[in-house]
Amino acid sequence: MSALRIIRTGFLTNLKMLGTSSFFLLTSIVQPVIFATVAFYMFRSGGRSGTLLYAALGAGMMGVWSTTLFGSGGMIQWQRWQGTLELGVGAPPSMALIYLPFSLANAFTGMYALAATLIWGRLVFGVPLHLVHPWLFALALPATVISLGLMGLVLASTFVLYRYANALSNLLEYPVWIASGLVFSTSLLPVWTRPISYLLPPYWGILALRHAALGGEVWRPLALVTLLGLASAAVSVVAFRWFEHAARARATLSLT
Amino acid sequence: MSVIEAIDLRRTYRTTTGVLRRRPLEVEAVRGISFAVEQGELFGLLGPNGAGKTTTIKMLITLLLPTSGEARVLGHDVVTHAREVRKRIGYVFGGDRGLYERLSAYDNLRYFAELYGVSGKAQRLRIDEVLELVGLRGREQERVEGYSRGMRQRLHIARGILHDPEVVFLDEPTIGVDPIGARELRQTISGLIDSGKTVLLTTHYMFEADALCHRIAVIAKGRIVGTGTPKELKAGVAEGRVTEIDVFGVDEATVDRLRALDGVIAVTVEERDQKQVLVVQTSGERELTAPLLAELDGVEVGRVASREPSLEDAYVALVGAA
Repeated sequence: MSALRIIRTGFLTNLKMLGTSSFFLLTSIVQPVIFATVAFYMFRSGGRSGTLLYAALGAGMMGVWSTTLFGSGGMIQWQRWQGTLELGVGAPPSMALIYLPFSLANAFTGMYALAATLIWGRLVFGVPLHLVHPWLFALALPATVISLGLMGLVLASTFVLYRYANALSNLLEYPVWIASGLVFSTSLLPVWTRPISYLLPPYWGILALRHAALGGEVWRPLALVTLLGLASAAVSVVAFRWFEHAARARATLSLT
Repeated sequence: MSVIEAIDLRRTYRTTTGVLRRRPLEVEAVRGISFAVEQGELFGLLGPNGAGKTTTIKMLITLLLPTSGEARVLGHDVVTHAREVRKRIGYVFGGDRGLYERLSAYDNLRYFAELYGVSGKAQRLRIDEVLELVGLRGREQERVEGYSRGMRQRLHIARGILHDPEVVFLDEPTIGVDPIGARELRQTISGLIDSGKTVLLTTHYMFEADALCHRIAVIAKGRIVGTGTPKELKAGVAEGRVTEIDVFGVDEATVDRLRALDGVIAVTVEERDQKQVLVVQTSGERELTAPLLAELDGVEVGRVASREPSLEDAYVALVGAA
């Protein structure tokens, strides 16, 4: 009960903070529109019918991943700069529980990216918004967003120990877009990259969303994205515990 | 059982120096500190910047692991039972940082109340209570980014005592706060003791330690160089005398000559406007004014005064001898 209250309050608190950040708002509003425009022109030039919604979903998920990655990655760094990281570590609940709602809030705001992309595609490029399995889509969307949030939490844990781990988050944006098949199908990638794709929640998330929207098997990718989300949660609990201990030993919780 | 126990506590920071050829560097911040704080006591750790006060407090509040030694708070080991310690303590750091700037004071307190398990019903009452205590009632809906330093500091204290902890750690809580704000904060700290809490305070303001603390440990270069009540510490230098000499343009070599005089315990130089004030502590066994002035031959000398030692003098003598 107390854990649920911490998650709820942390989630709302972070949403409030994100809502007052003009940098975050500007990035969140403008970036998806740019992604969507580029993706639509790319796919339109391919001249294949039925690919516009495919592109819209991919571009939307690119936005969700970017928001999650930078939000979750920057979260710990920003807390360190603000001097609140030590307060989080010094509080009785586990770090994973304290930062889970922050990560979920970041991923939740990423949903705007998906919605903005679909609306932009409908209004400017005439992308039809007909969904083959609307209920499964409604199920796949939160499952994907939550799984991405949990993946972001694993990344965030590394920031507790490494003060400059944001270099890592900058490196991870494009590779995950590509390995997850958000920009183009992973069948175009070398075979050795497949296991990497299979371990990424966005790979299964976009598959579930595309199948729900355009037709295809939804339950298997939906189950896998959920499973990977749960695995990320378990990894983040262990990682936070380990990194917290190491950070207390190496004195990296504060700037000084 | 003491509320806070530190036994031969040590902390070494390992870092590197150099750009291309990186060399390991070890800094011993705390070098074997031992002390105990009893129930309801306001214990002060007094020392100059870099003496190891903050490192000590961070080990006690479980944010840093000691390199060696032991520490317990309310009987719980700070390394092996960190969670038990965290539930029972509150802590406040001095300075601007450590608050969610874009949130209101109320939202900040609400978030931390949740983290410390202040239940839903009690939450509102408790937040109102601490806001009243620190004098922020009526300003709680404003965003923290618009707060003055004094207001932030008061909010820090409100956050630190929100869950009604048994032990409160205050790390230089009045640093950078204007005199009136600092006085109000000291009243709030006194109030904590009146309400039965045990407080460990670090400061480098002598008058603050003198006014607030039941007992003080003077810390310098990572070691405790003196412990006692303010009265006991003052008594340590009570047999001596302090001579204050106003001078204009004294150099370091002359100050060193004064330090070398037989019977001189410590000499400090305070810059005041155009002049410098030499504060010379002597053993008091014999009158040293004449020999001091003789060493200052060639230096323009103004007022010369002699007085009883203060806590500040005791502190200077202890730190100077470290």
